[in-house]
Amino acid sequence: MTIEETIGRNIIEESIQKIIEMDKIINSVLRIEKVVGNKNGKYFGIPFLVKDNILVKGTKTTNASKILENYISPYTATAVQKLLEAGFSLIGKTNMDEFAMGNTNENSYFGPVRNPKDLSRVSGGSSGGSAAAVGAGYVPFSLGTDTGGSVRLPASFCGVVGFKPSYGMISRYGVTSFASSLDQIGILSNSVKDVSLVVEIIKGKDKNDPTTLSHTVDLTSNLERDLSDIKICIPKIVYDTDLNISIKNSFNEAVDFLKAKGSKVEVIDIPELEYSVAVYYIIAPSEASSNLARFDGVRYGFRNASLGLNDMYRTTREIGFGIEVKRRIIMGTFNLSADYYSKYYSKALKVRRIISDKLYNILDEYDVMMTPTSPSIPPYMGEKFNPLEYYLMDTFTIPANLAGLPAINIPFGLIEGLPFGIQFIGRQMKDEELLAIANTFHESAKKEFEKNV
Amino acid sequence: MYKTIIGLEIHTQLLTKTKAFCSCSTDHFNSIPNQNICPICTGHPGTLPALNEEAVKLAVKAGLIFNGTINKFSRFDRKNYFYPDLAKNYQITQHFFPIVSNGYITIEGKKIRIKRMHLEEDTAKMFHEGDQISTAQESFLDFNRSGIPLLEIVTEPDIESPSEARMFMEKLRNLLRYAEISTGDMEKGALRCDANISIVNLENNQTSKRVEIKNINSFKFVEKALEFEQERLIKNLEANIKMIQETRGWDSTRKETFPMRTKEDDVDYRYFPEPDLPPLILTDEFIDHIRSTITEMPEEKAKRFMIQYDLPQYDAEILTSDKELADFFEKCVKHAKDAKFVSNLIMTDLLRELKENDDEIENLKIKPEFFGELKELMDSNKISSKILKDIFPEIYKTGKSPKDIVKEKGLEQIDDESELRKIIEEIIKENPEEVEKYKNGKKKLLGFFVGEVMKKTKGKANPQKTNEILLELLEKE
Repeated sequence: MTIEETIGRNIIEESIQKIIEMDKIINSVLRIEKVVGNKNGKYFGIPFLVKDNILVKGTKTTNASKILENYISPYTATAVQKLLEAGFSLIGKTNMDEFAMGNTNENSYFGPVRNPKDLSRVSGGSSGGSAAAVGAGYVPFSLGTDTGGSVRLPASFCGVVGFKPSYGMISRYGVTSFASSLDQIGILSNSVKDVSLVVEIIKGKDKNDPTTLSHTVDLTSNLERDLSDIKICIPKIVYDTDLNISIKNSFNEAVDFLKAKGSKVEVIDIPELEYSVAVYYIIAPSEASSNLARFDGVRYGFRNASLGLNDMYRTTREIGFGIEVKRRIIMGTFNLSADYYSKYYSKALKVRRIISDKLYNILDEYDVMMTPTSPSIPPYMGEKFNPLEYYLMDTFTIPANLAGLPAINIPFGLIEGLPFGIQFIGRQMKDEELLAIANTFHESAKKEFEKNV
Repeated sequence: MYKTIIGLEIHTQLLTKTKAFCSCSTDHFNSIPNQNICPICTGHPGTLPALNEEAVKLAVKAGLIFNGTINKFSRFDRKNYFYPDLAKNYQITQHFFPIVSNGYITIEGKKIRIKRMHLEEDTAKMFHEGDQISTAQESFLDFNRSGIPLLEIVTEPDIESPSEARMFMEKLRNLLRYAEISTGDMEKGALRCDANISIVNLENNQTSKRVEIKNINSFKFVEKALEFEQERLIKNLEANIKMIQETRGWDSTRKETFPMRTKEDDVDYRYFPEPDLPPLILTDEFIDHIRSTITEMPEEKAKRFMIQYDLPQYDAEILTSDKELADFFEKCVKHAKDAKFVSNLIMTDLLRELKENDDEIENLKIKPEFFGELKELMDSNKISSKILKDIFPEIYKTGKSPKDIVKEKGLEQIDDESELRKIIEEIIKENPEEVEKYKNGKKKLLGFFVGEVMKKTKGKANPQKTNEILLELLEKE
């Protein structure tokens, strides 16, 4: 289902019915929340879903956490507001890892999200609900958030397009902050065209978010790119990582496909990327420890009434937050403490700078960087992983967040019946270039596979 | 011989219409609790700070008038700690790169250096049922103040006495008011002061621990709290009592400081760069523009007063020591058209009343046009200078016009010669002994007769005419 196919029809009720009937097991939609869009908007009648860390006035925003279980949003996020004005209607809020921390969507207070392509497997996270809902065909698109791969990874697992724009393209106003310097709203849908259309509507400078940038090129105007005219680089780390053999094969298939189209593809060594996961897991929890401090039971949300202020704080947060959230708050608090600040946080900022500069330089030379989106296929529900194993699933997606680059997951066939995705990373604030390449690749690959089938 | 070393940390609310990071009104005195609040200043999820340019302008202005270096690159940081009055449980401040570095204020020819000045946000106000959070059954929060822009000003430890600290604060407030950066109202919390003090025994170089005093909310208490602490520290040094570096509060009812916390309880604020705000980059054009908006400061104004109003330096300096006072003076002169007359009246009578009644110039009942009336009453000989002095407190307290008061009380000067002559004749008749003595050469008794006339007329007799008539009658026979 795409926006293009749906324009002019009102499928709001139809979509809601699908969710009611089909979502009990998948658990991608937490609640039906209906906010009808502008009746005169071009896209009136088309429904969308929003990750439950994005605020829409009068609806709950739980962040899939007990601490905000009954929190009602007092205002609407800029991005959602723009979609409503364009005529789209919100029909519900999607499941996610608690406070967007996780990549399998098993860290939700409201239970895990199952993969619509294989119900025994995870949807990926943290925007698992948003990816699964599009994958299940409820809606043509949904909004997620991407701090270290949280849109691209579940998109890859659920077989949909998942786009994280350049940092600053889309206002974060109304998005519950996880790691402010990395967070960005992402779009999940079935085509690059839809993604471009949605970003074109919601992008732009927002007075409520000073980190937004202005972007004037129309993202939808030219989505074709001659693939024989592009230079692609693959960071060597892709081949050094312990990849599932079928992932390696599928990835090489995509490389060969592009080479056959005439693209220049080169493997280059970027040793700095080895540190990106480490840097990310210092910076993101540090910012999170501060961003999540406001959930204290004082002004809103869950409160464990206790005798004394400190007990109230302690028990509210102990009961209100899940284990992964607490783990990251503790890590972040440690990283920022006066004794360790220079050893960890400030060093991580420096390495982030080095990685970013390196990527900017490389992308001066190459049009895009290409990797598998995930080093592994979707794990089974409850498959035992230690946190570090989980964290390494973000190896390929994290660099784009560190450098603020646009990055996209494009579905590319199946592995053992499961979706597989290719990630393209583009130049900063040149999202239109990345989208054109991704769209051309996606459309021609689809044709190619139809031919083969 | 002891040397006192004092440094101040001052917080001043900036006079912006809206808060530092949202568009809520800053008018928290005339509002009901939690009237001027929004999701941003109450720390709701998803909200982001958007910097108020007015606050930046005022900070730069303050930097300029305090002779500081305006940093073209500055940045915001988060200061993390948990307290219910802190909406996000972190305060947005400028820890690593402040907007202003260096600077100084001159107190009686001595430079007190300013180390840094930076922007930050104010907290909410807390009220506890039973005063203290630890024992309160209920606590209440008012977020009207949450997010109001503050400028923190940190001095070097250049202040050497409690009275110098007070003078510094008064001068600082005066300059802040002049430049319309802050109301500088300490009682209302628009200007707050924490003081660091330590003592050195110059004979043996023994040094006390440094003590920080918090919650000082008036100029008088700045001096009193530091005096108390100075004495306490000297006593401790003399008695060789082991001291700890600590933070103490000022109890204004008991007039003493009390222990609040020691260094060991210090919170780790986990400062880090605020990722929601880009660095603050200022251009030369911006800074020059702010410079051009700075209006006349006290020294310039004093010079102008000396030239324009032909006032002695002493008068000019006192009148310009407070912007409101200077403005009031100029308004009065417009009506009275006699600068020295107004200056004298302000410097003696008005300032005395202000001090005695602990009033502010903004709230005066006495109006500038009254100074015109007073001048007119004097010039037309309707009242004497004595009557003027007598009725001034009443004008001041009631706000009634001088003409009305003079009329109501029948205080108009007696100018009428025949009336005066009648009174004086009576007095001469009543005091034959003194008349006798006078005639025998005791001329000093003239004063006695004048006094009697004034007593009888309640001071209303025209003094010059009284003299003339007295002399005439006494010398006659």
